[in-house]
Amino acid sequence: MDWPFLLDTTLQLLSGVPLALQLAALSLTAGLVLAVMAQAAMVSGVAPLRWIAVAYIDLFRGTPLLVQIFFIYYGLGQIPAVRESALWPILREPYWCAVLALALNTSAYSAEIIRGALAAVPLGEVEAARACGMSGLLLRRRIVWPIALRHGLPIYGSEAILMVKATSLTSIITLTEITGIAHKLIASTYRVVEIFVAAGAIYLAMAFLLTLVIGLAERRLNAHLTHRRN
Amino acid sequence: MTGLPFELLSFGPEGWGQPLLRATGITLAAAVCGFTLGSGFGVCGAALKLSRHAALRLAGQIYTTVFRGVPEILVVYLFYFGGSIALTHLMNLGGFPGFFSLPSFVIGVLAIGIVSGAYQTEAFRAGFMRLERGQLEAAAACGMPPFLRLRRIVAPQALRFALPALGNIWQSVLKETSLLSVIGLTELLRQAGIAAGSTRQPLLFYGVAALMFLVIGKVTGLAFARVEHRLARPWSR
Repeated sequence: MDWPFLLDTTLQLLSGVPLALQLAALSLTAGLVLAVMAQAAMVSGVAPLRWIAVAYIDLFRGTPLLVQIFFIYYGLGQIPAVRESALWPILREPYWCAVLALALNTSAYSAEIIRGALAAVPLGEVEAARACGMSGLLLRRRIVWPIALRHGLPIYGSEAILMVKATSLTSIITLTEITGIAHKLIASTYRVVEIFVAAGAIYLAMAFLLTLVIGLAERRLNAHLTHRRN
Repeated sequence: MTGLPFELLSFGPEGWGQPLLRATGITLAAAVCGFTLGSGFGVCGAALKLSRHAALRLAGQIYTTVFRGVPEILVVYLFYFGGSIALTHLMNLGGFPGFFSLPSFVIGVLAIGIVSGAYQTEAFRAGFMRLERGQLEAAAACGMPPFLRLRRIVAPQALRFALPALGNIWQSVLKETSLLSVIGLTELLRQAGIAAGSTRQPLLFYGVAALMFLVIGKVTGLAFARVEHRLARPWSR
């Protein structure tokens, strides 16, 4: 293997890391807000709101992310109202189209994660809290949400890793993040294996670091349980 | 060329119905072939990971870590560019000068197969781990040779345990086939892109593509649920 070339490639690819992380962070944040809204609509008790939320989640989980990206990037401009709106200078940019598509996509998966986490809260704990006189927001803030957070965090961690991987698709709409740079390098040098190894190592390293961070957060949140382990 | 959506999607010479239907067939074929190939890789990967030899376990671990951790699109590029380089090299060595490449369908199926194989490895391994050790010991005590044991005891149960996970993997394989549009395979997404480009109706055609994916996913999901239900029958009381 050609080490100087590998090193040079890695350095070039690393210049795409900030963009990839930025895309992932932005879309995960926006996606989480949307997911909370979708989840709130699901449990709102208003039937039409629930239908919309269910359709929304089904739609974004059942179609490929790449189709969603193309739909937003190429499709939105076809609507005159969008072209004339104040948002058009933003929606015209591939960057914001990518963020929008990734955020909508992850929000549907995150909504399901939130639903699962809330469903995993033991009924007994809720009953006990009610028996103590808690209800409404107090019950949620003190009992339901903390427990749900501890259930949902590991699963949300793998969703976050999936999103970092998913940012690679934005290279198809011209963003030069890691995969975009890799594609350019492959097309110009044809040294596929070295570039694949370098790019793959970067993604693996990011996933590893994320796993570490989530693991730390989990350990902190569950610190009160550590004595039970041994 | 502009027209009503109904005309644009018709099956006549002016409509895009036929190309879209053919592209749907290619998407389905790529998904089925990729998933089947992935099952082969998955069984081998699970065998590696459950092996008694540390070196084989390590090989299995490396396989699943790499192909689950690296974006699918990179794997597609690796196979697309790498495959033609390797093949050209091989043919030139064999005395056939010139440039050779594999059909994008073959490359796509290989790429999807190897990635989904990494996920299926975990599904099969988890299915095997749920087997009761006692049953394996009992089968061995009855004098069943390993292959018979595999066929009668291990495979039917491990498969059933793995099925829900396999259903999820199938859904993602189906969606992953859309990535093959970047290497020139005229599957659903690429065909929709071609139609969108020539009619200037991206909303309509990407919408149709999304709908097709949704429908295929729903129908096959129901099929998986039925099989799951059927296989659970011997265990239901």
